[in-house]
Amino acid sequence: MTQKLALGKALNLGLRRAMEDDPKVLLMGEDIGRLGGVFRITDGLQKDFGEDRVVDTPLAEAGILGTAVGLAMRGYRPVCEIQFDGFVFPAYNQLVTQVAKIHNRSRGKLPMPIVVRIPFGGGIGAVEHHSESPEAYFAHTAGLKVVAVSNPVDAYWGIQQAIASPDPVIFLEPKRRYWEKAEVDLDAAPGPLFASRVVRGGDDVTLLAYGPMVKTALQAAEAAAEEGRSLEVVDLRTLSPLDLDPVFESVRRTGRCVVVHEAPLTLGLGAEIAARVAETCFHSLEAPVLRVGGYDTPYPPSKLEEEYLPDLDRVLDAVDRSLAF
Amino acid sequence: MTALQQATEVVDPVPGAQAPHLPGQPDLVQLLTPEGERVEHPEYSIDVSDDELRAVYRDLALVRRWDVEATALQRQGELGIWASLLGQEAAQVGAGRAMEAGDMAFPTYREHGVAWTRGVDPLHVISLFRGVDMGGWDPIAAGLNLYTVVIGAQCLHATGYAMALQRDGAEHAALAFLGDGATSQGEVNEAMIWAAAFSAPVVFFCQNNQYAISVPIERQSRVPLYQRAAGFGFPGVRVDGNDVLAVLAVTRAALAAAREGQGPTFIEAFTYRMGAHTTSDDPTRYRLGGELEQWKLRDPIARLKAYLSRSGIADAAFFDGVDAEGDELAARIRKGTVEMPAPAGTEIFDSVYAEQTPELARQRAEFVAYHEGFEEAGE
Repeated sequence: MTQKLALGKALNLGLRRAMEDDPKVLLMGEDIGRLGGVFRITDGLQKDFGEDRVVDTPLAEAGILGTAVGLAMRGYRPVCEIQFDGFVFPAYNQLVTQVAKIHNRSRGKLPMPIVVRIPFGGGIGAVEHHSESPEAYFAHTAGLKVVAVSNPVDAYWGIQQAIASPDPVIFLEPKRRYWEKAEVDLDAAPGPLFASRVVRGGDDVTLLAYGPMVKTALQAAEAAAEEGRSLEVVDLRTLSPLDLDPVFESVRRTGRCVVVHEAPLTLGLGAEIAARVAETCFHSLEAPVLRVGGYDTPYPPSKLEEEYLPDLDRVLDAVDRSLAF
Repeated sequence: MTALQQATEVVDPVPGAQAPHLPGQPDLVQLLTPEGERVEHPEYSIDVSDDELRAVYRDLALVRRWDVEATALQRQGELGIWASLLGQEAAQVGAGRAMEAGDMAFPTYREHGVAWTRGVDPLHVISLFRGVDMGGWDPIAAGLNLYTVVIGAQCLHATGYAMALQRDGAEHAALAFLGDGATSQGEVNEAMIWAAAFSAPVVFFCQNNQYAISVPIERQSRVPLYQRAAGFGFPGVRVDGNDVLAVLAVTRAALAAAREGQGPTFIEAFTYRMGAHTTSDDPTRYRLGGELEQWKLRDPIARLKAYLSRSGIADAAFFDGVDAEGDELAARIRKGTVEMPAPAGTEIFDSVYAEQTPELARQRAEFVAYHEGFEEAGE
């Protein structure tokens, strides 16, 4: 059965199904119960599953993650909502020193099947701390896994797969795409969680993106096609571990690679990807791997965010530079 | 005198002794005086058999012997570092013995006395300080979480564990250990807020040993720590941390209340770190020798020994037997330490994830190939 769903609604249904499938799944976060979350992702779930399984927590992010650790020690699978990307940092200590390390510290005796849902990225005209892309901090931390979904299908299935994962997963949701709709097959998962996927075939340049930038990359490919340029677009989907085999296969054909993300350029995911593509595809490359990202500034006031965020034109500019090299 | 100085002027809580910088506390729970006299308390009593009293003494003495041996092993280069519990044996053994099967302790890195009462082999604790692993025991089976080094982080874990106990309908409790310094941490305060909000079956057991490495308690708090509990909305109790019977009685009562659904309690066990923070520390730089001499008069083991001797519960043969057992334990710890096998290098890759990632598997293979290269070259 397929159903046309907005990305946010797909998450809601995915969470519901995970809770139906496993009584150990519980949701924790600020305003997620009676209100249904500030983005309504958990709408209706407390009513149906009760206050013990959809927990309106005190306003304390370290508390959310720290208590999730104790719950996980007794076999629960906490799904923690961080209200906005910029508010994950009070929980950063628990994430990096505890959630990420306890499985290793205990030599596997204490699994930490915790999911941390974070609406991330900009483009919604918000105030400070509501538009950030903190994925590199988590991808740099051994013990965490990091995924970024770009579409309703991956939202519906990805959240269920993340909850089923025995490892802690940072689950990044592209908040400005919450209202984007697509047909979702509710019967069959499209594939594993920790895998990247070619979402548009092409021959001239390989374009890599994840989360909200996948749509931008696809729009760029569409525009480039009108000028006779064929761009292959890969939705990375998993940022830790990276799944770059499809990327290597693509770059060996195209010889050119452009990475796009909203996060600041320096030491962002693009840097790691560029290094790995260079190491693995050196003899196939016709141009250096180019990166399009946010600037190395704090996220700007919203009147300037369109200039800060990569858009179709900046992506095509990088494609032009790659082709001209 | 400034207003601030007046506000923080403090009085020794232990009757009959002078320690100028300790907060005043008329409500200190004590069942055994520093001189070893049994006294009664209006709210807390304890019914312990002679056998149990002897067993408590044995725990205290053996834990101290272990601690002395570990310090020596560090000095001889066999351990990277050791965090001594010297002076805090009664607080730890009393709290540990108050727990029942099914309760879960969340220690810091100094709770060797609790580990002992939970039946964790001292060599599992030693292996952490030798750098062989990060604590080799099974936390769930032992009812003792692995040592947590980040100050206060375990208080939230204990609270979450207690929330799980509630959901499971399990009539057990979590016991979170922390020090006086940890009470300044945001996460510790969050843990108490959560515990109160959910009426979680968790007891916060704070060993106020009066120093956070070098910084004295006045820098952490202007009020006696146990009084903070009132602000969170649950009971706070100050107990003489060098009185094992009082600690046992107070912790038993708090855990029982938690198991019965009455929510959290904060216990401040007032004690003193007689040794250094760790073997890397030098307490002569920040405290006067006279202070230590005063606290030696309140030694937690000497006072129980005085009571057991005077009351005829234990005789010289018993104490000699415990001493001999301590020497055997020390010898076993020493032998086990020096013979502890070094871990295999590949272990660093094997438990990072429950489901190994392709990249880490690749790095592991590269690591193995790199080291095999030396073997083939005969280096």
